[in-house]
Amino acid sequence: MTAGPPRRVVVVGASVAGLSAAETLRRQGFDGTLTLVGRERHLPYDRPPLSKQLLTGAWQPEQVTLRRPADLAALGLDLRLGTPASALCTSTRTVTLTDGTELPYDGLVIATGVRPRRLPWCGTPGVHVLRDLDDALALRDRLAAGGRLVVVGAGFLGAEAAGAARSLGMAVTLVEPAPVPLAHAVGEQVGTHLTRLHRDHGVDVRTATKVTGITTTTAGHATGVRLSDGTTVPADDILVAVGSHPNTEWLRGSGLDLTDGVGCDEYSAAAPGVYAAGDVARWFNPLFGTAMRVEHRTNAAEQAMAAARNLLDPGQRKPFTPVPYFWSDQYDTRIQAFGHLRGHEEARLIDGDPADGRFLVAYRTGRVVTGALSLGMPPRALRPWRTAIATGTEWRDAF
Amino acid sequence: MRVEVDQPRCVASGQCVLAAPEVFDQDDDGIVEMLADHPEPDQHDGVREAVAICPAAAIRLVRE
Ligand SMILES: Cc1cc2nc3c(=O)[nH]c(=O)nc-3n(C[C@H](O)[C@H](O)[C@H](O)COP(=O)(O)OP(=O)(O)OC[C@H]3O[C@@H](n4cnc5c(N)ncnc54)[C@H](O)[C@@H]3O)c2cc1C
Repeated sequence: MTAGPPRRVVVVGASVAGLSAAETLRRQGFDGTLTLVGRERHLPYDRPPLSKQLLTGAWQPEQVTLRRPADLAALGLDLRLGTPASALCTSTRTVTLTDGTELPYDGLVIATGVRPRRLPWCGTPGVHVLRDLDDALALRDRLAAGGRLVVVGAGFLGAEAAGAARSLGMAVTLVEPAPVPLAHAVGEQVGTHLTRLHRDHGVDVRTATKVTGITTTTAGHATGVRLSDGTTVPADDILVAVGSHPNTEWLRGSGLDLTDGVGCDEYSAAAPGVYAAGDVARWFNPLFGTAMRVEHRTNAAEQAMAAARNLLDPGQRKPFTPVPYFWSDQYDTRIQAFGHLRGHEEARLIDGDPADGRFLVAYRTGRVVTGALSLGMPPRALRPWRTAIATGTEWRDAF
Repeated sequence: MRVEVDQPRCVASGQCVLAAPEVFDQDDDGIVEMLADHPEPDQHDGVREAVAICPAAAIRLVRE
């Protein structure tokens, strides 16, 4: 840090993590210049409803806004929306925006999130991705019109969108290359159950199947997808939900580690005075003894809080050691999970019965409990497992 | 200071209960329930944490 407390803090990315960083800085008493830079023109809004209430039309666009204008104004921000950051120089401590503005900083929080991974034909009319409010509004208008939707990729995002489209009466095909959707993330048991849930709701789920290309009209509008089994599925709209890329291009040449997102230490620090938080940040989580990049809503807020505190008070820095949490809503089923499930070595049914659509699964990595997931169970059932994960409980002592 | 919760927005994450267990609880479906809508001063930090962490932006603090 430069001598003394920071006077100028720049936060790049005006979504959940960026807003949470800004709010924490103010709450902790930072009264210097606080600039919040965002690529999108919208006031900070929330993404989880975009594949849920917004897509079904249950919510209007105003309802995804994260803070009321008055609450936002009270933060006294130098808010720069619609002007992305284009470069970072860590030696002069300057962020440059695409309009040429140079913003000097004592402290910087990088919160630029991720964007959808695209397939070669993603620019074709009728082909959608789902990340931003504008994406969601475009897709919502198409869903409202009815018709046939093909969703490419049965991760949580694709599965939620497929569910929303089904609930609006669309004919939905969900195409997934893996034999069991989501198995790598939550295990075969849960993946199999969710696949059945979608089939029961009338989704045509094609597993172990790749999309090899699309068909179009002569005018170039998408009319369907070609599959690896040689068949073609006609569609009025196609949603591509095949993962994401961290938004780090603007940081090229900055000297930061950009291997998979912005590489950070256990304090969420990427360089002196530079912190990263949210979907874009890969940091070392001492609780699990591994580096991780987590694309979940609560982690974005929590990590931004931790980063902001560490930035303001480097002498009292605390490692960021969360038990990650996520939820997903599919039809009337709520899935909730704590921990680091990816790479688990064992998943065991603990409570309930998949046949009733209510159950709890615990996950082991090495000798300890590293995760727990509940489907349709009351929250009380899951909470002790969060504690077990947070305290590094041995698997054999957990039952 | 008064706390307002917007139950229809709640996604049942229970993050508020972890942040301020004397102020928030969850019903059987996980939906937030208020235990104290005028929290004591020593609970304010926890409530602010809950406001910040709530993944549904369903909690608001209102100064009275
Ligand atoms: C449709 C959808 C549904 C989801 N549902 C769930 C769910 O049910 N549960 C769950 O736990 N998580 C869910 N998530 C994930 C959750 O929304 C993310 O974890 C969260 O949004 C991450 O916040 P963030 O601030 O780190 O990144 P983002 O929300 O991606 O925000 C980054 C911001 O930075 C901006 N930006 C990018 N580059 C620049 C630049 N160069 N300069 C300035 N600004 C820039 C972007 O425009 C964006 O506004 C969902 C995500 C999506 C898209």
